[in-house]
Amino acid sequence: MRGASPLTENRGFLAGMFSSRSFVLGFGLTAIFVAAALVSFFWTPYDATALSVVDKLKGPSLAHWFGTDHFGRDIFSMIMVGARTSIAVAVVAVGIGIVAGVPLGLAAASRQGSLMDEVIMRANDLVFAFPALLIAILITAVFGPGAVNAIIAIGIFNIPVFARLARGAALTLWTREYIFAARVAGKGAVRISAEHILPNITNLLIVQGTIQFSLGILADAALSYVGLGAQPPIPSWGRMLADAQTMIALAPHMALFPGAAIVLTVLGLNLMGDGLRDIFDPKLRRSRS
Amino acid sequence: MTLLQIDHLNLSILGLPILSDVRFDVNRGEVVGVIGESGSGKSMTALSIMQLLPYGTKVTGSIRLDGEDLLGKTEREMCSVRGADVGMVFQEPMTALNPVRSIGDQVAETVMVHKGANRAEALAIARETLNRVGLPEDRFPLSRYPHELSGGQRQRVVIAMAIALRPKLLIADEPTTALDVTTQAQILALLKKLVDEDGMGLVLITHDLAVVADIADRIVIMKSGEVVEAGAAVALFRSMQHPYSKALIAATSHQPVRKPPQVALDSVPVLEVSSVVREYSLARKSLFAKPGAFRAVNGVSFTIHKGENVGLVGESGCGKSTLTRAILALEPTQSGEIRVGGEPVTSKAGASLAARRKMQVVFQDPYGSFNPRHKVRRLISEPFHLMGRDAPDGAALDRRVAEALENVGLQARDADKYIHEFSGGQRQRVAIARALITHPSLIILDEAVSALDVSIRAQILDLLADLSDRLDLSYLFISHDLSVVRAITDRVMVMKAGQIVEAGETEAVFSNPQHDYTRQLIAATPDLEAALRRREIAATR
Repeated sequence: MRGASPLTENRGFLAGMFSSRSFVLGFGLTAIFVAAALVSFFWTPYDATALSVVDKLKGPSLAHWFGTDHFGRDIFSMIMVGARTSIAVAVVAVGIGIVAGVPLGLAAASRQGSLMDEVIMRANDLVFAFPALLIAILITAVFGPGAVNAIIAIGIFNIPVFARLARGAALTLWTREYIFAARVAGKGAVRISAEHILPNITNLLIVQGTIQFSLGILADAALSYVGLGAQPPIPSWGRMLADAQTMIALAPHMALFPGAAIVLTVLGLNLMGDGLRDIFDPKLRRSRS
Repeated sequence: MTLLQIDHLNLSILGLPILSDVRFDVNRGEVVGVIGESGSGKSMTALSIMQLLPYGTKVTGSIRLDGEDLLGKTEREMCSVRGADVGMVFQEPMTALNPVRSIGDQVAETVMVHKGANRAEALAIARETLNRVGLPEDRFPLSRYPHELSGGQRQRVVIAMAIALRPKLLIADEPTTALDVTTQAQILALLKKLVDEDGMGLVLITHDLAVVADIADRIVIMKSGEVVEAGAAVALFRSMQHPYSKALIAATSHQPVRKPPQVALDSVPVLEVSSVVREYSLARKSLFAKPGAFRAVNGVSFTIHKGENVGLVGESGCGKSTLTRAILALEPTQSGEIRVGGEPVTSKAGASLAARRKMQVVFQDPYGSFNPRHKVRRLISEPFHLMGRDAPDGAALDRRVAEALENVGLQARDADKYIHEFSGGQRQRVAIARALITHPSLIILDEAVSALDVSIRAQILDLLADLSDRLDLSYLFISHDLSVVRAITDRVMVMKAGQIVEAGETEAVFSNPQHDYTRQLIAATPDLEAALRRREIAATR
């Protein structure tokens, strides 16, 4: 309802934040992994890179909660340190996507149908046509494998996603009368984009950012699985899975725990994105219930 | 005989009461006009007859159609009532039709769903129905798509869908609000004809008293979810009892008090438009031929002097909005010249700052005209961007903001509120404050009162008249509503197909129109008093 008072609107927002079950669940899952990554800077049960041949391929026990791998490293510690890598890669990659993609999209929308619009959007289509993995292989072939190159590859893949989203949302805003009013006040495209358009599409960007974040974690796992991500001895979830592959009959726990970590983080982020979307768009929430 | 009986109808949504004790009847072959301003519950009443209520609604009371209680029916049973026994026509013909299906299919669909008829039979009924609503076969084959039709023709298709099964009751919710006046008159005549032919009951919901005055047999006036007054149409209009009804009828024909204009013919004109042309290029037909062009504004010239209020009227698509945007330098022109207060708008470099400073604009939609994330202070001081370094700041800015707000009847402390804290009418006041803040000499009012309820509209018109007297402003008042233009302007221009076909003193043009098109427009504009007189004469015969 348009006439709703600010009080009820604000209360609706906060109440909605915690009444959305998917947001609470997703936020909880994500918080656990972020906490694990942060704690790993100060403390892990064992040194995640310390080899101990005596303890190799032990199942879960009180001493090693998630067991050990074929070099005797503690899997719980490796997952904690691996969360660090995954989250860092995903955060920076989404950051690249937003910082480069959103201004491109806003610029394209401000001159719809112009040569600049065409060039930006067709370039985006071109990047979009290559799968992230292919770009990563391309980059690592030139610059060698490593976490930084994985970040760049996933980041490039994120640019067109945010550019398209920003352009689409901005186009509908450009037809609003308050944008006309700003143009009558003599404001230019850059100023209007920053002052009027960007704040009104932030909701969308946050939701998409959350979902791209989960895709980033998946992409990082895939890249390190094929050996293009973080290099040994830095633990990463994807390579832990790759290592487990040959031992799957001997030590299934080696695959189980990193696999579960990936699934739960991605699930948590997706739930959180879903929940945020419901909170930002109450119409959708009502139609779902 | 009573067809529809609404009794003690109470309705609440998530605990918020919307309707209380609504009651009225509709007989066969009768047109009942339900009138009210936004929020009066008139549409909710219609939706509760159809049982198409939003999530979280609680209804008590009774709605009987032909003696059967509709509120007691299950969703499944209602499905066979909707479309077959009760038809509905909505306001917006642009969105009420599915754009990817032909009109024949859409009308036939209702028939197939309810009668289990096969496609050929259904299409035959669809054809017959489309003929009845004035879309004959030779010009409107069943294979037409909605985008090939005009707004009025689409509304005829929507009506055909509603009456294809000859329902007992037809509900029309603001069926002509989105249409031009000449089309509106045709659609109202069509509805009246269908009611007479089929003996249907028609519930005609509208905010416009003049629209129902001609065709309604009985009138129900609603306010805040209650029926305040009901009775036979002409008698009710002539002897209103309830103060709200009286206020409503007064607001409909409201004329703001204005001083005689002090036109300064000798000083520099506020706005000079000379032979302006705005063309849009059409799609290329072949790779080598030059694409054609559509002239939205075709050689328009006029002048507005200081202290003068000028109206620009015309139906949708006549080019008035394009002309407005050209004057505001939001769109380029292909030839001709526009000057505001002597400063060029249509130069190579775009409008000069000096020209922009002298004009401001108020738009139609009080809800879409403001960035929802800014406070009123920031919203209305936005035009100061034009002043560059001369823009006031600190205490001087606060003074200007307070002055603008007080000029439009708001208070200085409203500057610290967000826009969603204001009602539609108050928002339009904020929009006017934003236009006033740079002390412009010309304000362009683009359908500025069209989206407002009649009582609010009357207040805003009073405000505009008062401001133009006090602050020596000129208005270019753009509207499709002739009665409003008549109330507020000194001179009027009539625009059709990109050209101005008639211009002159407002009263002279309205009382003695010269051009055929102007005559058509004036004849089609609903006039409450004239309609009542016509009907009284008809009744005495």
